[in-house]
Amino acid sequence: MVKMTSREIITLLPYSKPFLFVDDIESINEDGVTGSFTFNPELEFYQGHFKDHPITPGVILTETMAQIGLVSLGIFLLSAEEHTFKGQVVMTSTNVEFLRPVFPGDKVTVISEKIYFRFNKLKCKITMQNQAGDKVCYGELAGMFIKNING
Amino acid sequence: MSNEEIIHKLKPIITTYAPASAALENLNEESDFIKDLNINSANLVDIILDVEEAFGITIDNTSMEKMLTVKASIEVIKEKLSEK
Repeated sequence: MVKMTSREIITLLPYSKPFLFVDDIESINEDGVTGSFTFNPELEFYQGHFKDHPITPGVILTETMAQIGLVSLGIFLLSAEEHTFKGQVVMTSTNVEFLRPVFPGDKVTVISEKIYFRFNKLKCKITMQNQAGDKVCYGELAGMFIKNING
Repeated sequence: MSNEEIIHKLKPIITTYAPASAALENLNEESDFIKDLNINSANLVDIILDVEEAFGITIDNTSMEKMLTVKASIEVIKEKLSEK
């Protein structure tokens, strides 16, 4: 299997600021991935979620789980199969439970375990933890990786 | 296994992933998973994984791409069962 560095995977992600929610991939292999992200207090959504009481929205936590736990892992798996993945990714299902709030400036760690990767659908069991190691949210997410017909 | 027996075994698998609809009640060989049953491609993968388990077969990428209708699925299932 082709070894990819954290930096190489992040470069291949189809996101950029202000919608990139991956700082670092700490470990990755064909069964799963662990990565982290620190929520910059300057992120724009804190101005409105909520008024005078900023908390990271659940949809953003879900997106962070997906970018680290699904998309980074999918790109790693597909790059091992066929060099570099250049297609598109679509999130197809999320089932997430939220336990604790994530505040501006918090660093979270996302731990993802592959359930299966078949017919270009990746399904993972994903947990997010805060700096204290407490579980923030967890659930199952799935996405499809669509290959570009013309590369 | 007859076509009727295969449909009988397929119906509960499809029901898990299809929203309740008249098309589901009238499931027949002509039913198209995407057009008639509103199943997306991600749920189609789950149906195929469940079909593998229920029938004890392995479905390859080429066969998977054909399985867009009940009729095509029956053909693939029969072909894979005969190879066992």
